[in-house]
Formats: sequence, structure tokens, C-alpha cells
Amino acid sequence: MCSDTALDYEVAQGRAQSFYARFERKDELQHQTHYCPGCGHGIANKMLARAIDELGIQDRTILVGPVGCSVFTYYYFDVGNIQAAHGRAPAVATAVKRSRPEAVVISYQGDGDLSAIGSAEILHAANRGENITVIFVNNAIYSMTGGQAAPTTLLGQKSTTTPGGRAADTEGYPLHMSELLATLEAPVYIERVGLGDNKQTAQAGRAIRRALENQVRGLGFSLVEVLAPCPTIWKMSPVDAQHWVRDVMEKTFPLGVMRDRTGEAMPKPAAPPSPALEEIPRILGVADEDLPQGNAHAVEGSREVDLEVRIAGFGGQGVLLLGEVLAEAGLDAGLEVSWLPSYGPEMRSGTSNCHVRLASGSIDSPLVSAPGILVAMNEPSLRKFDRSVRPGGWVIYNGSEFPADCARADVRVLALPFTEVAHQLGDARASNMIMLGALLEMTAVLPEASVGAALRRLVKNPRWIELDERALARGRALFREAYVEVGA
Amino acid sequence: MDAKKRDRGLLRIDQDECKGCGLCIEACPPKVIALSAELNHYGYRTATYAGAGCTGCGICFMACPEPGAITVLRAVSHPAAMAAREGAAHA
Ligand SMILES: Cc1ncc(C[n+]2csc(CCOP(=O)(O)OP(=O)(O)O)c2C)c(N)n1
Ligand code: SF4
Ligand code: SF4
Ligand code: SF4
Repeated sequence: MCSDTALDYEVAQGRAQSFYARFERKDELQHQTHYCPGCGHGIANKMLARAIDELGIQDRTILVGPVGCSVFTYYYFDVGNIQAAHGRAPAVATAVKRSRPEAVVISYQGDGDLSAIGSAEILHAANRGENITVIFVNNAIYSMTGGQAAPTTLLGQKSTTTPGGRAADTEGYPLHMSELLATLEAPVYIERVGLGDNKQTAQAGRAIRRALENQVRGLGFSLVEVLAPCPTIWKMSPVDAQHWVRDVMEKTFPLGVMRDRTGEAMPKPAAPPSPALEEIPRILGVADEDLPQGNAHAVEGSREVDLEVRIAGFGGQGVLLLGEVLAEAGLDAGLEVSWLPSYGPEMRSGTSNCHVRLASGSIDSPLVSAPGILVAMNEPSLRKFDRSVRPGGWVIYNGSEFPADCARADVRVLALPFTEVAHQLGDARASNMIMLGALLEMTAVLPEASVGAALRRLVKNPRWIELDERALARGRALFREAYVEVGA
Repeated sequence: MDAKKRDRGLLRIDQDECKGCGLCIEACPPKVIALSAELNHYGYRTATYAGAGCTGCGICFMACPEPGAITVLRAVSHPAAMAAREGAAHA
């Protein structure tokens, strides 16, 4: 059978295995990418797919795609795929690599994605020396959105946002990301390549493969910047766009190796596996009895709970702790909870407030912009938030005289001198717990056992626990006196 | 039978995948690719092989942005290579 008459041809270069055979992106056109004719992303995608094939890593590759014209990498690459928010691919890749050290993780990004909105993520991933591979496709423009200037846009280059051409005085200079990143200690390999002619293209293919190989060898952070044509936005024919890479773009962005420490770099040990969830309390030094007991004191019955509370006062009045005890008690009672503190830059004496939600269903946002209950621990806080209270809601106000101009017909008020009451109990600082007691009695949602468990989890000093328990009880009694027993 | 007369390479172009960008034509050293006169189903003039002269260098393949528009084949002419080919997993 192997006679010389069997002279034959075999495939030397063909479609990479790491591409899907068909792209499920549309009913039609499943055999085509969405890239324009002559697009540099197509070529970079192809080089990447071929390198994955050659290294035999298809089954353990996870590709993190960007926002931009190459957003659809997940339709094309038959590997693990994630599509990150604009600019965030290196952060996503970091998480993936650290939790799956055996995976080969690639962050594929455009120049707008990497050098504008994502400039922080790439800088820090590179600085940490994450063992990931970054393919940075630089076409000097935001293509997907129609041609706005990017940080990489050349001086004099026209774009929809630099119609007269980019000027250094107003738009600054083209950002040289590879050179910038090469000032950092950690990266092991950074090279800029181009797709401007055959020679450049061949080198680009080699560089992409090396950048992947470095990761397979465990060496650390590698990045290849690919100067790539975008014939559509540049308004050039594909061949002219290719030449523009070589003849014009390369003058601003010289090709070459900016960093190569692959010779001396030692394989980095993979990040240690994350501890199991059950081990975290021990690591944090949380005693067993302090652990939440799940639904130990679950809310009785099948009542629908959806409580939105805003608590406001001066720093030092216990605003945040009041919210925390409430949220923690909700957690103990098996509810969904959120607690969102919001305070000024002052450590003391500034105003502070927090948002607390307790719900039987899931919570969409921790922000409470229209509270059902406002706990105002002083007058400025009342004035700041009283208009936001939902009709039919409550205001619990720390003061015996409720300011007349804050009164609303559609909101009920419990106004008492809580600080004085707390003082009589033994410490003026317990006023927050008296107000919480009133709130708990008013809402009648949380079992007392949950509140007690929450208090003991958050307050360590036994003297304070005792005082706070009395304060809570006092608050409950005050509410009953004002509204239930007298009748409102 | 006469190996000298056979081209070392052979080019296949998928007329449905080619977008007619012309990059392969620009890239091919012996210039054996041209754009078709007719339009394909999607309205592109597509790359077409002249039918002879391909060296199998593979340069057009990497110049092309489309995953499978181009396939480059190379001549296998002797028993050892044939045997290697039989052994190759996905030839
Ligand atoms: C958070 C966010 N901001 C802005 C956008 C709009 N947007 C989509 S793509 C893009 C720029 C992409 O440019 P580049 O990274 O250079 O990729 P190209 O399209 O050129 O390949 C922008 C600003 C977005 N999708 N998300
Ligand atoms: S607009 Fe430019 S970058 Fe986007 S697909 Fe078309 S050629 Fe490629
Ligand atoms: S393989 Fe080389 S010679 Fe053959 S068509 Fe492609 S570029 Fe031309
Ligand atoms: S490079 Fe590819 S898409 Fe462009 S004309 Fe050649 S075969 Fe067609």
C-alpha cells in the first residue's frame, strides 16, 4: 500500500481543534465568525487556538473573554469560557487560576478593555505575577462601539471623539502598556508583536505560543501585545490596514521583547488550595458557641417579612451596632438579611447611618432609599431622612419633642428621650438598644431568642450584655405603653 | 508517479467561510491565489487557488483571519512519510 504510486497530500495547516466545528451564535452563519473581513482578532484567535492545540491543553484551558469586538470568544473556542465585565478579565482570570491551579487561564483583551477601563486590573494582576497569559489585541481604537479614541490611539489619529486627530495637549499621549508593565518586577514575559506582514505574523504566532507555554511551566505572568488591524473602523481595505500596522502603528509602538525572565524564572508553586468552608470559623478564631445556629429560632408561621430600616445618628451613638444586632438576629431567625453601613470619613463625631433589610425572600439590593422604619438618633439625622420614609412607615426619634415641621400625616412617630432613659438605666450609650427594643416590639417579627443570640455574638463584655438586655426590654415596654396599652 | 512534477503543496478554500479580505493573496509568496470573479452565497468574492504552484509553505493559512477558510496540504511522497501519516491521529 505504501508504494510510490501512493503519492498523496496531507493536511499541513487546517482548522484548529480548539475551535468548535460550528458556532452556535445564530441560526444562520454558524460556519463563520462575526469578525469583519481582515480583522486582526480573527488572526489572533487563530494563533491562540493553534497554540492550545499544539500544547495539548484544550481540556484544561479556561478563556476569559472581554467586552469589545472579541466578546464572543465563547462561541468560537471549544474550551472553558467565561466572559468578564469590561476590563475585568485579569481579575476574573486571577480568581479562576487561583481556584483551579491546574487550568491554563487566558485573559483575552482589546486595547480599550485593557488600557482604559481595565487599566487597574491588568496593572495589579501583572504586579502580583499571576500565572496567567494575557493576549492584548491593540487596534488603537474602540471598535465595537464605533470608533471612539482609546488610550492607545495614535497622535493625529482621527476617531469619533478626536475628529481633528488625537492631540497630546488635550488627549495625552498613546499609552504604552507593554512598556509600563515591563517596569514591574513580577512579569516573566512581555512581548509586542504585529500583524503587519508575513514576518511579523509568524513572530506573533511564536510569541503567543510562548506566553502559553510559560504558564504551563508555571513560570508566571506573560503578556503578548498584538498590533492588529481593524479595517472597518480605520476605513481601509484589509491589505491597507495590514500595511498600516507595519508602516504607521509600529512607529508609535515598537515591536520587541520588553521582558524575558523565562530563563531564570523558577516554576511558582500553585497557590495553596482554599480552606474548606467549615474550616473558616476555626481559622478566624470564632468559638463554636458563637457560630450562627442556622434556623434555630426561625420566624414562626409563614409570615412574609420584608423590612427596610434606615438608622442614622452621630458616630459613637451606636448606629452601626444597632443595625448589626438587627441583621444578626434576622440571620439567626433564618431570614435573608443585608446590613450596609454608610459613614463619612470622620472616625468620630461625624454622622453615620446604615441600611438594614430583613426579608423572607431574596434581597435585590442592600440599599434602603425608602425605609419603612427610620431610626433617627438625633435631629440632623431626622431632618436628613424624614422625607424618605415610605407612606405608612414609622419614625423612631430620639427626643421628647418631635420637630413640628418634620411631622407627616402619612407616617407614625415614636418620639421619646431615649438617651435620658438610657442614662437612668445606667449608661446613656445604651440608648441605641432601647430604640432597637422599641423597633422589635413594633415590628413583632423576630423571636426574642434570636435577638439574645445576636446580642451575645456581637457584644463581648458581660456587663454590657446585661445592660443591653435591660435596654431592649425597656424599649419594648416603652413602645407598648405608647401604642398598644394606651391604644393609638 | 513522477514526484518532480507534483507541487509540494495544495490549497483548499472553503467558499462559504472565506470573506474575500485578500490577505492570503497578499501573503502568498509565489502568488498562486486570486479573488474569484463570481460572488459567493454571501456576496463576497472569494479566494481561489490558481491550481498549480503552491509550495505548501502555510503562510496564507496564518494570514487568514477565518478559522477554516484555508486548508494547506503538503505532498507525502515516500513510504516512511506515508507510514507516519497513517499513524497520525487526526490527519
Ligand atoms: C462597563 C462598560 N462600559 C462601556 C461599555 C461600552 N463598550 C463596549 S466595547 C467598548 C470598547 C472596546 O474597545 P476595545 O477593548 O479596544 O475592543 P475592540 O472592540 O477594539 O476590539 C466599550 C467602551 C461596556 N460594554 N461596558
Ligand atoms: S470593527 Fe474592527 S475589530 Fe471589530 S470586528 Fe470589525 S475589523 Fe474587527
Ligand atoms: S501554502 Fe504558501 S504557496 Fe501555497 S497558497 Fe499558501 S501561501 Fe501560497
Ligand atoms: S485570507 Fe481567508 S478570508 Fe481572506 S480572502 Fe483569503 S481565504 Fe478568504
